[in-house]
Amino acid sequence: MPTERGYLEPEGLEKTYRFQQDSIVQEVDILSSRKAFDMILPLLGPYTIGYTKNGRYMLVGGRKGHLAMMDMLNMELIKEFQVRETVRDVAFLHNEQLFAVAQKKYAYIYDRDGKEIHCIKEHGKSLKLQFLEKHFLLASINSFGQLHYQDISTGEMVANIRTGLGRTDVMRVNPYNAVIGLGHAGGKVTMWKPTCVKPLVTMLCHHGPVTAIAFDRSGHLMATAGVDRKIKLWDLRKYEVINSYAARAESLDFSQKGLLACSNGSQLEIFRDTGGQDYKIYMKHRMVKGYQVGTVLFRPYEDILGIGHSMGLSSILVPGSGEPNFDTFVENPIETSKQRREKEVQSLLSKLQPETIMLNPNMIATVRPSRKKEKKTKKEIEDEVEDVVEAAKNTEMKKKTKGRSKASKRAKKREEEVLKAKRQLMEQYKESDGRPEKKQRVSDEVELPKALQRFAKSRQ
Amino acid sequence: MIILVADTDNIYLTFCSQQKVFRNYDPALRTQEKAVEYTRALNAAKLEKIFAKPFIGAMDGHIDAISCMAKNPNYLKAIFSGSMDGDIRLWDIAARKTVCQFPGHQGAVRGLATSTDGDLLVSCGVDCTVRMWKVPMLKMVDTNDAIGDASQPSAIYTWKHAFWGVDHQWDGNLFATVGAQVDVWDQNRSEPVSSFEWGKDTVLSVRFNPGEPDVLITSASDRSITLYDLRMSSPARKLIMKTRCNSICWNPREPMNFTAANEDTNCYSFDARKLDEARVVHKGHVSAVMDIDYSPTGREFVTGSYDRTIRIFQYNGDHSREIYHTKRMQRVFCVKYTYDGTYLVSGSDDTNLRLWKSKASEQLGVLLPRERRKQEYLDAVKERYKHLPEVKRIVRHRHLPKPIYKAANLRRTIIEAENRKEERRRAHRAPGSMPEQPFRKRRIIKEIE
Repeated sequence: MPTERGYLEPEGLEKTYRFQQDSIVQEVDILSSRKAFDMILPLLGPYTIGYTKNGRYMLVGGRKGHLAMMDMLNMELIKEFQVRETVRDVAFLHNEQLFAVAQKKYAYIYDRDGKEIHCIKEHGKSLKLQFLEKHFLLASINSFGQLHYQDISTGEMVANIRTGLGRTDVMRVNPYNAVIGLGHAGGKVTMWKPTCVKPLVTMLCHHGPVTAIAFDRSGHLMATAGVDRKIKLWDLRKYEVINSYAARAESLDFSQKGLLACSNGSQLEIFRDTGGQDYKIYMKHRMVKGYQVGTVLFRPYEDILGIGHSMGLSSILVPGSGEPNFDTFVENPIETSKQRREKEVQSLLSKLQPETIMLNPNMIATVRPSRKKEKKTKKEIEDEVEDVVEAAKNTEMKKKTKGRSKASKRAKKREEEVLKAKRQLMEQYKESDGRPEKKQRVSDEVELPKALQRFAKSRQ
Repeated sequence: MIILVADTDNIYLTFCSQQKVFRNYDPALRTQEKAVEYTRALNAAKLEKIFAKPFIGAMDGHIDAISCMAKNPNYLKAIFSGSMDGDIRLWDIAARKTVCQFPGHQGAVRGLATSTDGDLLVSCGVDCTVRMWKVPMLKMVDTNDAIGDASQPSAIYTWKHAFWGVDHQWDGNLFATVGAQVDVWDQNRSEPVSSFEWGKDTVLSVRFNPGEPDVLITSASDRSITLYDLRMSSPARKLIMKTRCNSICWNPREPMNFTAANEDTNCYSFDARKLDEARVVHKGHVSAVMDIDYSPTGREFVTGSYDRTIRIFQYNGDHSREIYHTKRMQRVFCVKYTYDGTYLVSGSDDTNLRLWKSKASEQLGVLLPRERRKQEYLDAVKERYKHLPEVKRIVRHRHLPKPIYKAANLRRTIIEAENRKEERRRAHRAPGSMPEQPFRKRRIIKEIE
């Protein structure tokens, strides 16, 4: 491998979280020290940031309508413009050529040059945007708690799910299986996929509203933070708490190498896994007292944490957070335009259908597990019928007197018993003639009295 | 404290125009791999169907139905064909033109065979003659001035009965003709060296074993398959079936196995050492199978049938992998795989030889290494997911001409009805009184030493 992972190692009695950013920046080489910066933009509101998947381009959106896209490799500003409307969230689409912005009333898609390409009215007043790259789906949660999935390549609205759990602006996509995790005001965390109207998983995580959620890249760790001043680490295979920390967090993010960043007011804490899912504090960063940190995002393939706060944006060095070696054919930070176009075409050709989103993505092409209730084989059914018939034949007939127990009448009665027993069984094991069974649809209307039938909930 | 920040800037300095490729095979970098592979398999299956154009061209020239063909391992481009009016031609497959003609036979040419070194062509026909021809292979190099040349036979041997087939020994000087009996000839003698006979019926086809040059197999009109060994004075073994075999071919890579093309629309693969049971029954055709030929890889074979279709089977597959048909192609009497395994040649009733691709969606010619790698990847990913219903539906789909489709449905109904009756008979008898016989044994009557 060409590069090795960065590290911050204490000597002797030193603790890693005591090191300030300035001392770190002084010790590293000049190119890395230039990557840590502070941009003070006091006028245009709290900033949200977004990175492209290869970590090269950064998109910055200020609440008061300031949008800017920067090439972080050359540290140049590509485009900066004002939309003159509230901007709530920004997200890159599949590459830096297009990005989506959740504005005051609708969601918009802009070009790299700042041209407005689409105004998507169906999403409504969206609060958070997330892009699923492999499926080309733009997911958004709006102020009514509706989850929209839109296919960016065809423009089709794939799903419009009413979560029924109220307004929430805590949304994250799980990079392992492309499932959307929402955190709700009741302390619940739900997971959604576009083809299902009910959540895949509902977990009660906190004793109050959930304030932030983050998923680890490996797919089996989830971090949630709530108003009850707890940050909990969940194992997503058993849906159990691994660890719980007493801390507040307004935003959480996992890095490519598993570092967890939590922001709280103007303070930042970064936790690192010290083996066995035991997260200990690794670094701390304190900003100027009045700055309220809104978003924290690790930059992919770099040891940098991007911070969007109320007075602009900063980026700090976090040694050991990014994946040092990239794969040219997966995400390439140094792509030429030819490579970018080729990648776009290839990813469109192997665009995944929304039906392939599932909790366990490795289940595709595996054998379906057998049904719990085993159907009885023909022989077994026949044996059972025989036994029942035998039993019926041997039942004791009541002895009737006064000439009522004629042999023919007794025989007829016995036959009737046998037929009755057989009929019961045959209905149970009715052989299907190859056609799928007709599901008996139970309608609600039948049970309600006539006056109340108009209130019956129609099945979705 | 010791600090290192991952120093990725070295990579960013590129001095040359060619981009360096960096690889990191960590699976954590690639999410939902199976879904991506499945989507690629589906797209690859669809693309395969789009590019499936197996028919290359027809070779036109004969004026009567083509009865037999011969090929030679030394010259890939050459194929010989003989027709029902006695006309034998040597074709250049690449140019799809006749290089040379060999006139002489008075009636139908029933068999053609080339010697292993490629210099000699042996033909036999219903006019009771065996003709040996010298093959002008140098003319193949420059086909422009060699079209339609006629050649003289180097020898004509007349014998007592009409001939039905001929085959030349591998790496030897002997060739065998069959008709009323099996005659073994030497190239230089005008009379057969030895004759074999078992029963009084016509022997229809003969094949020498590629591995054992002294073993040959024949099929006769008394529904039998007979094995002969030239070192013994009498035939070795005989297998009688319920219907007649039209043609037999040895597997070139497993010379103890052979496959017989039968009148009852199936092909039976046998192990020559154990003839009491077929190894595989290849079903698919709806009418008698006329001819069979193995690919040089020994992994698949092609059959031509009376129902105007050609099917390609895997050597151990019970259903065909591929079916080729054309409106203009009538009853197929002979099929051959070329010696590089890429093409098939079929000779049929409508006086044409047709050239087909063995893999219908294959891109012919020289492929760039990147193209080849992509194709290999797509084949592998299709192979991995071919059992999933969506992919399977596309991969399996073949358009059949309506008469074949209807005939196949009819056959299926008949077979199902027979099976059902058989089951009921078995159910109403004492258990064990009616033994089940595997299909591989069902069509064999007995084996005789």
